[in-house]
Amino acid sequence: MTAGASTRPSVFVPDRSSAVFLMLLALLAIAAPILNLAVPVSSPLHLSTYVLTLIGKYLCYAMLALAVDLVWGFCGILSLGHAAFFALGGYAMGMYLMRQIGARGVYGNPLLPDFMVFLNWKELPWFWLGFNHFGFAVAMMALAPAALAFVFGWLAFRSRVTGVYLSIMTQALSYALMLAFFRNDMGFGGNNGFTDFKEILGVDLQRDSTRIALLLVTIAAVAASYGASRFIVASRAGRVIRAIRDAESRTRFLGYRVESFKLWVFVISAIIAGIGGALYVPQVGIINPSEFAPINSIEVVIWVAVGGRGTLIGAALGAVLVNYAKTFFTAALPEVWLYALGTLFVLVTLFLPRGVMGLMSPRQVAE
Amino acid sequence: MNAVLNHTPTAAPPARWGEMREAAARRAPPQLLGKILYLERLTVSFDGFKALNGLTLYVDPGELRCIIGPNGAGKTTMMDVITGKTRPSEGSAWFGQKVNLLELTEPEIAQAGIGRKFQKPTVFEQLTVYENLELAIAGPKSFWKMLLARLTSEDRARIDEVLETIGLTGVRSGRAGALSHGQKQWLEIGMLLMQQPELLLVDEPVAGMTPQETERTAELLLTLAGKHSVVVVEHDMEFVRSIASRVTVLHEGSVLAEGDMDTVQNDPRVIEVYLGS
Repeated sequence: MTAGASTRPSVFVPDRSSAVFLMLLALLAIAAPILNLAVPVSSPLHLSTYVLTLIGKYLCYAMLALAVDLVWGFCGILSLGHAAFFALGGYAMGMYLMRQIGARGVYGNPLLPDFMVFLNWKELPWFWLGFNHFGFAVAMMALAPAALAFVFGWLAFRSRVTGVYLSIMTQALSYALMLAFFRNDMGFGGNNGFTDFKEILGVDLQRDSTRIALLLVTIAAVAASYGASRFIVASRAGRVIRAIRDAESRTRFLGYRVESFKLWVFVISAIIAGIGGALYVPQVGIINPSEFAPINSIEVVIWVAVGGRGTLIGAALGAVLVNYAKTFFTAALPEVWLYALGTLFVLVTLFLPRGVMGLMSPRQVAE
Repeated sequence: MNAVLNHTPTAAPPARWGEMREAAARRAPPQLLGKILYLERLTVSFDGFKALNGLTLYVDPGELRCIIGPNGAGKTTMMDVITGKTRPSEGSAWFGQKVNLLELTEPEIAQAGIGRKFQKPTVFEQLTVYENLELAIAGPKSFWKMLLARLTSEDRARIDEVLETIGLTGVRSGRAGALSHGQKQWLEIGMLLMQQPELLLVDEPVAGMTPQETERTAELLLTLAGKHSVVVVEHDMEFVRSIASRVTVLHEGSVLAEGDMDTVQNDPRVIEVYLGS
């Protein structure tokens, strides 16, 4: 920010913090497979497949946090329903993985997933068609969250619903979806969701090499999401988005259609969250309606606040840090976790308004 | 009010302002082109109260016109009619000879070339001064276009020029929130200039300003006159005296007097209105 704003290019050229972040991701992409495959199990440097998968899971959360930071940190839309987009992407992936099971299910039905046989369904519902094709499923991982975000955003932003009312509506949206997905009639496995996956693209999901491949794809997806987000916020449109965050009606007065800017940022953010959810499912091996739970969306906001709102890198960092703490605490002192999370949020809000990133470089965060 | 009207400036305005005024007059296009603003027989009623009562007013291209008048004289209502915020029940309002202001919406009027600065400055505090001006630039306004759009060299030159005009070149990379009250006012005038309006409506530009800031604002407005037509509503008589070549006094929704400051101040009707005797 010390350089003249006029010289700032609008195309994506990594600044120093971006370069460090992307290099760390690249380092992880190189080191993790080596430590897992080449280093013998007896060595203390060996990275177990369990930890490998855990890292993959954190990185999926990092994508969700990036998505929330894009709308909240830069556009001022406090979404308390982003877990819904994450879960929708996850369900799209889950449907593909269910179709991959084929005749190897408990009931051995070549077409119908087990829960449908159990419910005595005779044929595949129409919305399950096409999910046997990986390409179609990938498209749905982005399109399903995007469509929901588009419809919701179009209605909400057009009616100029803002602030706490919008937050409550996003929360209600997520909750309503959770209740809907709990119902067996919906055709998404009800309470149990999808699990017991066997293969992805014809490869065994449990193999170490598959796990590594999934981690590498996740790392690439985090990098791409970060790059896309950074591109957006550094563009001229990004300046408009920040202007909307700071003085919405003034921006409108300058001739910008505020609702359309909000809508597109919201849709892009939902796609990032959806892809994160899609990569999450094969790594944790299950997706069920509890992913829609309102508390999940609220936790994401805490990750972003801890990392540093409006910094992107901070959001990703916050997601990894808080979830690492969660894994540690829930294993060591399970009853303490919720108190620890609450205390963390209060302390960060009070003493670190710019999150962990504020500790590192206050000047860059100010951007 | 007597004190206000018969106020003798403690210090004479800088001599260069007289020259600036003349320079502005020279820059103005020839009068053959007609007026830039025609307001004729405008009447606006609010529940029987006539905020404007047959107001007729013309503004020349490149002119710097000051509008004064007691509270409730219709100054703000007149601005509202020009910018499309309020519709008159009678009369006509034309911008040049081709644009009928009464047929256009607020954004259309802004697009046609009339910019308005409200009394309270609103700038984007988290963005830099430069970015504030960039946002106001005329050009693509849609998300997808702006995602890829870059500033052209003309755009940059234009921003630099406006920065120079409003005297904020030195703080271009600083956050707008860190500016003083006066600087924010100038920045907002600068944002108005980015839209390249032919006619600038400026509402109480020096309210709450320090004497130094007031002086700089006077110079800024004098610089703008000629290139743009500027209509200033202001209460500060000394300020009006120092910048305006022509002053219009409004009273009860119509024009009471018009002319240079001395003529207006010595007009018996104006004295009566202000003194109430």
